[in-house]
Amino acid sequence: MPFKRYVEIGRIALVNYGKDYGKLVVIVDVIDQNRALVDSPDMVRGQMNFKRLTLTDLKIDIKRVPNKKTLVAALEAADIKNKWDNSSWGRKLIVQKKRASLNDFDRFKIMLAKIKKAGVVRQELAKLKKETTA
Amino acid sequence: MAPQQKKPHACRNPDLIRGVGKYSRSKMYHKRGLWAIKAKNGGVFPKHEKKAEAAAPVEKPPKFYPADDVKKPLVNKRKARPTKLRASITPGTVLIILAGRFKGKRVVFLKQLTSGLLLVTGPFKINGVPLRRVNQSYVIATSTKVDISGVNVEKFDDKYFGKKVEKKKKKGEGEFFEAEKEEKNTLPEDKKEDQKSVDAALIKSIETVPELKSYLGARFSLKAGMKPHELVF
Repeated sequence: MPFKRYVEIGRIALVNYGKDYGKLVVIVDVIDQNRALVDSPDMVRGQMNFKRLTLTDLKIDIKRVPNKKTLVAALEAADIKNKWDNSSWGRKLIVQKKRASLNDFDRFKIMLAKIKKAGVVRQELAKLKKETTA
Repeated sequence: MAPQQKKPHACRNPDLIRGVGKYSRSKMYHKRGLWAIKAKNGGVFPKHEKKAEAAAPVEKPPKFYPADDVKKPLVNKRKARPTKLRASITPGTVLIILAGRFKGKRVVFLKQLTSGLLLVTGPFKINGVPLRRVNQSYVIATSTKVDISGVNVEKFDDKYFGKKVEKKKKKGEGEFFEAEKEEKNTLPEDKKEDQKSVDAALIKSIETVPELKSYLGARFSLKAGMKPHELVF
């Protein structure tokens, strides 16, 4: 079981604790054994302990400590946002956020939809069962 | 263009710190122009005669002095107001009733009465909740709103919902009492008419939203995995 995701300049990480919880950040420099300098288009560049970061598969090509402008350009060029939103991890997060923001009425509508879908599935299953036994 | 009231003059002697003004007494004398007023009046500050005091009505000494001092109650300037309505509760909001006979029912909010209680209706045809008063504390406000513009709720107030005052009847025994009791259990016809008229307009606007009718007909309950502090209503 070798490691696949390495801490390196340009590695995209997900913040899993603290004020910036849930944000995607780029590792821009490594400070010491425990901390990295981290940057994102919507935050001030700052240090973060590795324990607050979860590495992702995504990586961009930047030099050590780039300008904010260069960083934003590199993120755009690599199309990180769309790649993330289409990855299975990213999609899971979107679904979690949607579920958490559901209204009481929305939850009711979803319940009705689930029951309907289950009814249709059960009908089809009954049909198939009939065919195999016949 | 002679103004009746002059604008109050801005402070002539600003504070350097609290208790210490910027200008000395002599400087302030000069600033106020008292020298000019004196000069106008020939070197003396103008005086005016004291108004003759109207003779105060003669007070008779009281006939009775209480033995101990009577305590005066403290002054209370508070005004009675209806309870502050939560910002999330506006006319047309769907509320979830949490206690009482209709607990769990989803209900439409109409208006706040002067007593502070909320006037609410099922509508009756949909979930059996009539025009009713409900306390704000026993209610969860959802973010679902119903269009309430076609409904006239002017005539409903706390007196409408008050208990009917019984006229005192002489104590008849046996049959007399039972006959009276039977009459009181039925709702008067005009209340039923009120319910119908309020609900007619409401039900129309409810039916325009898909699935809202069955939503209002269903009761709310907490299921496994639902955490109330994390739920968005």
